[in-house]
Amino acid sequence: MIKYFFKAISVALITISLTLISAVSFAATDVRIMWYGDGDKENVPMQGQIDAFNAANPDINVILDIVPYDAIMNTLPIQLAAGEGPDIARVTDLGGLNKYYADITPHVANPQYYEDSFGPFLKWYRKAGDTSSIHGFHSTMTVTGPYVNKTLFEQAGVDLLGPGATWAEWADAANAVASKLDIPIPMAWDRSGHRVSGPAVSMGAKYFDANGDPKLVDDGLKAMTQMLYDWHQDGTMSKDLWGSVSGTKYHAPNDWWNAAEVVFMMSGSWQIGRFANEVGDDFDWWAVPAPCGPAACTGMPGGNALLAFTANDAVGKVMDYLSSKEQLGAFIGEVLAIPGHLDLPVDYQTDDPNAKHALETFAGAVPTIDQVAFDLQAHVDNRIMFNAIISRLGQAIVGEMSLEEAWVKMDEDVEKQLKEKYGG
Amino acid sequence: MKNIRSKIKNFFITIFKIPFGFLMHTIDIIMWPIQKIIGVRNMPYIFLLPNLIFFGLFVIIPLGVNVAFSITGGDELLFADREFSGSKHYNDLFNCESYLNPNTCKEDFFWRGVYNTIFFVIFQVGLMIFFSLLTAVILNKKIIGRGFFRSVFFFPVLLSPVVVGLIWQWILLKNGILNAVIEANGGDKFSFLTDPGWAMTSSIFVSIWAHMGFYTLIVLAGLQAIPPNLYEAAEMDGTSTERTFFRITLPLLMPNLLVVFILASIKGVQTFDEIYVLTGGGPGTSTSLIVQYIFTTGFASSGSVQNFGLAAAASMVLGIVLLCLTLIQLFLGRNKETKHQEI
Repeated sequence: MIKYFFKAISVALITISLTLISAVSFAATDVRIMWYGDGDKENVPMQGQIDAFNAANPDINVILDIVPYDAIMNTLPIQLAAGEGPDIARVTDLGGLNKYYADITPHVANPQYYEDSFGPFLKWYRKAGDTSSIHGFHSTMTVTGPYVNKTLFEQAGVDLLGPGATWAEWADAANAVASKLDIPIPMAWDRSGHRVSGPAVSMGAKYFDANGDPKLVDDGLKAMTQMLYDWHQDGTMSKDLWGSVSGTKYHAPNDWWNAAEVVFMMSGSWQIGRFANEVGDDFDWWAVPAPCGPAACTGMPGGNALLAFTANDAVGKVMDYLSSKEQLGAFIGEVLAIPGHLDLPVDYQTDDPNAKHALETFAGAVPTIDQVAFDLQAHVDNRIMFNAIISRLGQAIVGEMSLEEAWVKMDEDVEKQLKEKYGG
Repeated sequence: MKNIRSKIKNFFITIFKIPFGFLMHTIDIIMWPIQKIIGVRNMPYIFLLPNLIFFGLFVIIPLGVNVAFSITGGDELLFADREFSGSKHYNDLFNCESYLNPNTCKEDFFWRGVYNTIFFVIFQVGLMIFFSLLTAVILNKKIIGRGFFRSVFFFPVLLSPVVVGLIWQWILLKNGILNAVIEANGGDKFSFLTDPGWAMTSSIFVSIWAHMGFYTLIVLAGLQAIPPNLYEAAEMDGTSTERTFFRITLPLLMPNLLVVFILASIKGVQTFDEIYVLTGGGPGTSTSLIVQYIFTTGFASSGSVQNFGLAAAASMVLGIVLLCLTLIQLFLGRNKETKHQEI
């Protein structure tokens, strides 16, 4: 009797084990995406696409982890360094994380599609000397540039300036509107070194020495930072915006802009969808061409990319799906962004004339972007330079050091960080 | 009826006894041979072992890892990829032309953090003791709703520092509730969080608000331990209220106030989260404390090099400061015990 009992137990155990093993074998492969979005405007369409993918591919389970932008900037690098990162992430520090990117060339259906569609941007992700790896694709292309509250300009009877207007002329115009209508903030900028860099290039900043090595402070950068410093002293820009945080922390003046308390806002094309949503028909807002300096009239290119940290067929399949013309076109059309795809017809889902005008303006600005700005965006250590600008300029503006001291510290910061990173 | 109740009770006792008995038997099976081998005298070490393992895992090993990070360089996390740099990070931290002018220091953000922390701790702790004492004295009196007020003052202690930071941010922002009230009454808006002077003042105030309840409780316990007959004797002698306070209450409260002083100082030096949420360390670096420096240098570099080594070196320096404060607390505590024994 006992013999039969043990036999039955053994059979049951073997059956359970086999069932478990087969269940594990046939379980869907998880693909985890770390995603930051500009609110529901971006998160909802992306979640919709992921849900559709999961429904069509029961063998793959894509998990979209929606995180704040800070998590992408600060948590993701730590996770990756510890070997605990996601399979895919939406990244803006495109070159800075390149040592963690996985080459998914063998896992995508058609590598040539990536070259043909996202060619100029692929090198932004690659390590030095690498000319062929595929790590992902540009989710949206961005261009930095200013917006104006057109309604305020009309109410004040001040004409909008056209292409070729300088930064000083725009500052005068914004001040004129603000003083006529008693608007508290004539001009507001995103607190970001990236945002400062386009105008700095316009003023003649080169960012690199003759050998192509980072050299931050030159006459062009000094001219632009001096201008920003002066604007904070004379009230053109409010200390309440850049002064509300410290160090390298990003801060956007959207709340003030939405409340029509800002005449001129320096930001970028990624705000279009947000403005269309949040400003609505409260006032007319227009994107205007990048103001000029003596060297150029340029903004900074940029954007975000979906990049892989794991190379396998499931990740390749997800990338193929999200980068396809159909899905990317639908996403771009819904979030009102500029595509990073070189041949993507987009049907923008908006009737907002402000948004349509802004999309045209920023798309038209792409060919006018200066080569220095492109080189800077492509450089692996550009964040080190952006951060040095914003943290030291912020200190000078609140009076912790003179602007001259800030320039010295900017160069020291860059040198110090590069030494820590590369040794020497 | 009684019989049924007793049976139910016994049933539940038996139910609980089974797993407990099983556990005890299992432990006994393991412990019995160990005791045979090492002897009864050494058994306490076995019982201390779980705690020691946890202490080692979560305190000693991380401390060792921190020291190792502080003497290695690079932006890699794994030791195999990091280069030995000796005392470089410590030298960088203390490389100053003049310690009185942070701008002349190689790691000027560190020194700004140090000075801000010193300023913060002096005022926060001083005011904290004053207000805790004041509140405790009031709450010790027979006032209407005393229990309610005791709860009200203690309630902020239960809040998460992030919640504290966010609540006060909504109140103190330029477009916040407080400025709306000021404006509605014809006043001008204040830059509570964006003017360097006001930002530090606001940070100190918020920190006191958040933690005062805890220290009030300690002082209140001290007040209640003072024998009432001392006050009765003073009253019979016609001693004034002020004299009673300064000659009886304050001297007898001193041990409690010392505890408050040391605990608040240690907590003050460690302050980070609520101020980081409230002001982000700004404007400029005017409210950036030393722990924020460690955090941003090591973990929140926004794309810059994550300098784990420098952050580890700074946290070692902070650790030494905290160790000194703890030693003072231990010394004072022992002194107090000795005095009690002498009495």
